[in-house]
Amino acid sequence: MLEIRNLHAEIGGKEILRGLDLHVRPGEVHAIMGPNGSGKSTLANVLAGQPDYEVTAGEVLYHGKNLLEMPAEERAREGVFLAFQYPVEIPGITNAYFMRTSLNAQRKHRGEEEIDAVDFLSLVREKMKLIEMDEKFLNRSVNEGFSGGEKKRNEVLQMALLDPMLAILDETDSGLDIDALRIVANGVNTLRSEKHAVLVITHYQRLLSYLVPDVTHVLMGGRIVKSGDRSLAEKLEESGYGWIEEEVAKGGAPA
Amino acid sequence: MSEGARERFLRHFEELQAVLPGSDQPWLVRMRESAVQSFRDQGLPTPKLEDWRFTNLKALETLDFRAVAASSVPNVPDNVLDGPRGAVGDAHLIVLVDGIVDAALSDLKSLPDGVQIRSLAASITTEPEKLENYLGKLDDPKLRALSALNQALFQDGVFIELEAHAVLERPVHILCLQRSGDPPTAVHPRNLIVAHAGSSATIVEHHLRMSPTQALVNTVTEVFVEEGAHIEHIKLQEESDSAFHLAALFVKQARDSRFRSHSLALDGGLTRFDIHAVLAEPGAECRLNGLYAPQNDEHIDHHTTVEHAAPHTNSFELYKGILDGSAKGIFHGRIHVRPDAQKINAMQTNRNLLLSDRASVNTKPQLEIYADDVRCSHGAAIGQLDEDALFYLRTRGIDAAEAKSLLTFAFANEVTAELPIDTLRRYTESFVMDWLPRSNV
Ligand SMILES: Nc1ncnc2c1ncn2[C@@H]1O[C@H](COP(=O)(O)OP(=O)(O)OP(=O)(O)O)[C@@H](O)[C@H]1O
Ligand SMILES: [Mg+2]
Repeated sequence: MLEIRNLHAEIGGKEILRGLDLHVRPGEVHAIMGPNGSGKSTLANVLAGQPDYEVTAGEVLYHGKNLLEMPAEERAREGVFLAFQYPVEIPGITNAYFMRTSLNAQRKHRGEEEIDAVDFLSLVREKMKLIEMDEKFLNRSVNEGFSGGEKKRNEVLQMALLDPMLAILDETDSGLDIDALRIVANGVNTLRSEKHAVLVITHYQRLLSYLVPDVTHVLMGGRIVKSGDRSLAEKLEESGYGWIEEEVAKGGAPA
Repeated sequence: MSEGARERFLRHFEELQAVLPGSDQPWLVRMRESAVQSFRDQGLPTPKLEDWRFTNLKALETLDFRAVAASSVPNVPDNVLDGPRGAVGDAHLIVLVDGIVDAALSDLKSLPDGVQIRSLAASITTEPEKLENYLGKLDDPKLRALSALNQALFQDGVFIELEAHAVLERPVHILCLQRSGDPPTAVHPRNLIVAHAGSSATIVEHHLRMSPTQALVNTVTEVFVEEGAHIEHIKLQEESDSAFHLAALFVKQARDSRFRSHSLALDGGLTRFDIHAVLAEPGAECRLNGLYAPQNDEHIDHHTTVEHAAPHTNSFELYKGILDGSAKGIFHGRIHVRPDAQKINAMQTNRNLLLSDRASVNTKPQLEIYADDVRCSHGAAIGQLDEDALFYLRTRGIDAAEAKSLLTFAFANEVTAELPIDTLRRYTESFVMDWLPRSNV
């Protein structure tokens, strides 16, 4: 589904991704861990089509198509979803109106009929129930004045609503309380199927214990330097990244 | 030398003098003559005046405007009303064509008791003593040349009177249509609103182009809001982009009264709107809101003055500009607090969204605060669309053009959300939503 080869990307003249490779098959959940500033959000943003990043080398294939050539909105319509590490506040547009507009943009792209306000409301209510989110958030401006955790939950709500093929969650667990974490993980799990894939960027192994990734990667210095199973996340939580740094320094080839 | 604006408008006065209403009312004759004298002394305002630094009326010097006598206004087919009526919806309708009330087009059935809506010219004939108490009492021809011009030349307009405690449920829709013509027309309608104690009404002053040619409107509205009365005034401006729209709103508020002005300057070539609110007695509160959206080379200038003349008075101002092309926006907000006016709240905000790097804005607060127990805040900002928000919307599948429209809509929302008429609010919202030319994004 997603094939990233030798990806190099820079921002403001600074190279952040330096030859990143990643291969995600349908049905898989991949976790990406890595120290602050290692390029995790950069990867997520490049995949979502953030125009400030410049890809200088490499390629990204999504369902066999060149993802990097598509504008951000087209990627979304083709099923790529990014849950932002820092969701943006948009005063003056209600959450409901925003989500209905996005859903309709995607439905139109798929040649489906637009959903009217009434049907939308019952659909979104159902999703809100799933992630135990209060309906009052529908009539508030998008993310405006939401607490950190509420913003994250709102990202998960959008994900549940848009039902993306490839969901990228950038630290969606940060700022969530323990109950919320479980609920959010359930939300993601309902998305799991042999067609969907999820890329989970996180610092903590807690979310992974609910989500159980198929593969865990370590991103460092703009590259995936190590990949492994669940136990890698546990080891990282215990011992930090020092030992991997040493391994890389010794010339240990990235797994 | 060819005729300049001053000579031209003085000639209009000569031409119309015989037909101007009130020629048998000595007080009105005196008022007109003194206004003519004031205009003769001042001429049109020039950028040499501090208040006119950014708005130049030079183009009026050479344009050969023609005066329109009431009797020469031809009939307008009533199907022209279908579109404009839709903007406001169900309302008491009074239509002006070229500044003259057209009774046949108006729809003033089922006015509740205690409410009068009629032609100002007619009222000058039927109740001159009453009008003498109000007409021209709030604007000063010596201080404002355009008021002088209006007082000298006004032929008609709307007179609304609400008796004490009269409540008007449906809004009043004053529809000002102006025909085009060659040479272009110049009209000077004058409206008067008197809201006696405890009354309330919502009044829309709607200025609409009938064709995309040049025309000049120089309008003045005076509003008396007596004790405990509540008036909502909406000015909806949809004029041709080669029109000259010069307007003023003068308001005087008594004890515990409420007044809200909503200026929706959606279209208009060169626009100047002066708003002057006097909070004359304790407990009076006014809110002045505005949304201006000039495109291409349109020019929209709002000058507001709030005068806190009594203690315990509040004022809130919120003006938002959306500018595209090489449009120009001006906001100048003057707040004057008199020395004995303590316990004052005065808030003023002006925010501007520039959608093009050729568009520009001049914004300036002018605070003259002579009392010490005053809470006053003011802020001005000029910015572009938020790139992060734009990207966020796009990552949800919304294309760039629609995302920009949505954010523009969101920007205007603070002002549109306060519109007291749902139909008009939706009308304005969809105007904003469709406003960005798609080709431009
Ligand atoms: N506009 C920019 N100009 C220069 N450097 C930038 C810019 N934006 C991001 N960076 C840098 O890119 C690097 C990678 O940032 P990124 O946000 O991808 O890290 P991350 O792995 O997500 O970190 P965290 O775990 O803290 O979220 C950081 O060093 C950051 O400072
Ligand atoms: Mg990050």
